[in-house]
Amino acid sequence: MTEESKSAYDKQGWLNVLVRSRETSLVLLIVALTVLTTVLNPRFLSPQSLKDLMLNVSIIALLVLGQTVIILMRQIDLSISSIVGITAFFSGTLFVNHPAIPSMVVVLLAVLAGLLLGAVNAALIAWGKIPSLITTLGTLYIFRGANYAWVHGRQVNAVNVPGSFLAIGTSTFAGIPILTWIVLILLVVFSIGLRQYRAGREFYAIGSNPNAAVLAGINVSRLLATGFIISGAIAGLAGALWLARFGTVDATAAEGIELTVITSTVVGGVAITGGVGTVVGAVLGALLLSVFSSTLVFLRVPSFWQQAFQGAMLLLAIAVDAYLAYRHALRSRVKWSRV
Amino acid sequence: MRETQSNTRRLGGRVSWEAILALLLLIAVVGGTLLNKDFLTTDNWANLLANFVEIALMALPLSLIVISGEIDLSVASMLGLSSSLLGLLWDAKVPVALGIVVCLLVGALCGALNGFLIVRFHLPSLAVTIGTLALFRGFAYILLGDKAVADFPPEYIAFGIGVVPYTFIPAPFALFIILAVVFWVVLHHTTLGRSLYAIGGNQTAALFSGINLSRLKMLLFVTSGMISALAGIVFTFRFSSSRADNGTGFELSAIAAVFLGGVTVQGGKGTVTGVVLSLLLIGIINNVLTLADVSNEILRIVTGSLLIVSILLPNVIASTRERLRLMQRQKEIANLSATSATK
Amino acid sequence: MKRPTITKITAVLFSLTLLGAAAYGQDKPIKKDLKLAFVPKNINNPYNVIETGGSMEACKEMGAEGKVVGPSDPSASSQVTYINTLITQRESAIVLAANDPNALIPYLKRAMAQKITVVTMDSDTAPEGRTIFINQATSEGIGQGQVQMLAKEINNQGEIAILSATPNATNQNTWIKYMQEELKKPEYKDMKLVKIAYGNDEDQKSFTETQGLLQAYPDLKGIISPTTVGVAAAARYLSTSPYKGKVALVGLGTPNQMREFVKDGTVKEFALWSPADLGYLAAFAAAQLASGNIRGKEGETFSAGKLGTRTIGKDGVVILGPPTVFTAENIDQFNF
Repeated sequence: MTEESKSAYDKQGWLNVLVRSRETSLVLLIVALTVLTTVLNPRFLSPQSLKDLMLNVSIIALLVLGQTVIILMRQIDLSISSIVGITAFFSGTLFVNHPAIPSMVVVLLAVLAGLLLGAVNAALIAWGKIPSLITTLGTLYIFRGANYAWVHGRQVNAVNVPGSFLAIGTSTFAGIPILTWIVLILLVVFSIGLRQYRAGREFYAIGSNPNAAVLAGINVSRLLATGFIISGAIAGLAGALWLARFGTVDATAAEGIELTVITSTVVGGVAITGGVGTVVGAVLGALLLSVFSSTLVFLRVPSFWQQAFQGAMLLLAIAVDAYLAYRHALRSRVKWSRV
Repeated sequence: MRETQSNTRRLGGRVSWEAILALLLLIAVVGGTLLNKDFLTTDNWANLLANFVEIALMALPLSLIVISGEIDLSVASMLGLSSSLLGLLWDAKVPVALGIVVCLLVGALCGALNGFLIVRFHLPSLAVTIGTLALFRGFAYILLGDKAVADFPPEYIAFGIGVVPYTFIPAPFALFIILAVVFWVVLHHTTLGRSLYAIGGNQTAALFSGINLSRLKMLLFVTSGMISALAGIVFTFRFSSSRADNGTGFELSAIAAVFLGGVTVQGGKGTVTGVVLSLLLIGIINNVLTLADVSNEILRIVTGSLLIVSILLPNVIASTRERLRLMQRQKEIANLSATSATK
Repeated sequence: MKRPTITKITAVLFSLTLLGAAAYGQDKPIKKDLKLAFVPKNINNPYNVIETGGSMEACKEMGAEGKVVGPSDPSASSQVTYINTLITQRESAIVLAANDPNALIPYLKRAMAQKITVVTMDSDTAPEGRTIFINQATSEGIGQGQVQMLAKEINNQGEIAILSATPNATNQNTWIKYMQEELKKPEYKDMKLVKIAYGNDEDQKSFTETQGLLQAYPDLKGIISPTTVGVAAAARYLSTSPYKGKVALVGLGTPNQMREFVKDGTVKEFALWSPADLGYLAAFAAAQLASGNIRGKEGETFSAGKLGTRTIGKDGVVILGPPTVFTAENIDQFNF
């Protein structure tokens, strides 16, 4: 019996290996799209457009880091767009009211603000036992409403923001924008944290099998709370970086970005059912979606196709994830419940 | 055991959710009348009832879907797609009546896609419908782009902004009431409805008791698609405007109404009455605040807070009861050991 | 002595009546305690805030009660709810900047049936939906002026693009139409309009749309952005990119938002009017109509506070005045 299964395992072709390594297939797709576009419009690989691409992706990739932690636990955080909006305007207002304030202080305060807002989510989910879908749906509304009420037709103009802060969004180091460097460093931090540290592995455990996690002595409430606080803090940082990137912030900043972030994360291999996926994959997912929308622009295809493509990619990713889970269950002789 | 007893959420085990909603509704109406002299006019109520018609329509099949343990976030996108398609067809000189039929069919197809992915491939409905939310909205944009179609024939616009003859009730709202009654009958007085509660309560048990899960869920999603398409048609006539971004964000309000209406997140509980009451409540609160010139922004905060409170409150009450019961039990044990010690 | 002919007498009487009517309109005071409501395209846009600020200032001068209500997103369907509420609240007049020329008509007609005055400003509806439209300048003049400004900077040759606001906005589409007509003239035969992009009056979207234009059209020589949000975002993108100074940008912008880009050379000149004056004039027009002093017919005049006497033109349109062109020389004189 073992002999048969062994040969069956070996017989799995390159397609299967590809599908199983999400990261590899993502990289291949990105390369394919890049090649295709450059052939049709060489400006795609020009320094300015590469810089634009990296800047465009960076903020989403940052938010993806936080969302990965959440989705790994089989939760979801829809409120990130509102948190980014508030902290972006908050950062701008700090500069307007205190022109001499150091950039680091603004960034730290923005992170703190995001952390506090994330703590609201954490309290409602971990302590109030409200499912994360509903909580973050509610806070999405509430935070955005508060944002509109606070901003009320005003906006922060690039003129009010010190050049040194805006430079985070425009200047480069070794050809890569500073903003992107920040995200890359955090990517490494998250990657190591989730993989090598016990707390990181526990996030996976909760998403994989919540009941088993409880029985194994994991403090689920505490980890849930931590996850949402992390997500909020990340969103706070993203808000400060949004100001650096765009310079002008109004009440609609970052509206609607949560869908792109969640799609990127799931396309990147973080299964919506939790317990599976890596931050590297998730960031690659964000890169793929960004490259695709860039491709549309360079090929002069109306950007209307973008949303449909995002939806299709998400559905494909979910289907592949489910298939993989099914195959895994078969292989490990786990009873596959089809209900 | 009476049917309503097993299907209604009860706060603290005693008071039914619908009763609380009805009470809140009464308070809202009284409050509205006191706060604003224009509140109780037929004009105002015509506006009030018409304002949330599309969300109300979508909330009906959505509540059934949630009761059965799934969710459908793509309803607003199907609304938008249907609206775009209607505009596109009319622009291409297709008669509106035919356009309506095509839109309803397309809506059913969209629902069927949802159902297919969720039922046949057992994909999680949350993720699938987030995907189809983007997909269907994307189709709407592909169909209509940035254009808007506005010059629909006056008979249809008249339905959109008109009232039922001899009353002030908006025609679309009357349509909603008719559908609400249909859903009420189906959910509470047919085997199909009972099966839905069974699925939501315990899927495995439902499966083993012979209920055809796949067929039922597929039916629900197809219905959701058709009704969302209908909502799109109503929207188009009400605003005489067909645009790809019509209805963006409506799914959040529909879900808020469903959960506020007493449908539990896990499924298995909730009633159509509750959802209708919660729709009215949200509509009245929105109206009262708008009449008081409270800004749009505050309305968002109110809707979000209602959603959260509607789940938080029962949880808090339940855990408080649990704690009280525990304290009671401990006191009893203490008494028992005290009496046994004296023995 | 010959008796004056009937014609002459009639002519004299007629002109006296006209003078009388004009004087009638000018002398009659505005009713006290009118309730005026201002519905901009959306309430989170700085330009709209300045505009309705002017309206509220007019209300203070007139002794009228004014309020600003409106949606956060610039769509017609969102404006409908507010119009309906205003009808229920029995306002004296609604002053509206419409997000769509046709979608609002049934509701505006309902308002007018209830004796509520409807005036549009900035962005019009079809004429049956309102009595008077306050236009910031002649639409033709705005469209032509933009093309002429850009053509000067690119020597009448090259590919150009337009970065607009929302796709349905009446004023945007009217101006674009005149721009396209102007481009048909022989002196612009070497200029080609390759794309109209929509920034939806959102800063971030306008920013990324500008980025997209430059990526997709490597030979782009100039951009026209007739929206304050769009031109500011486009200028910001250009000023930190290698296209600064190489791709010309003109548009309609506020001096405060555009100042640094004019100073650093990204933008040579742009135009606008005073949004505050526009709102101010619209408020007075609405108040005069609501007081019954004028009826909105061509030729009627009315007094508009510090803006003097204004005449109503064809189709009930009142023009505010010619646009101002801002350049590095004069931009510091303005503060809005």
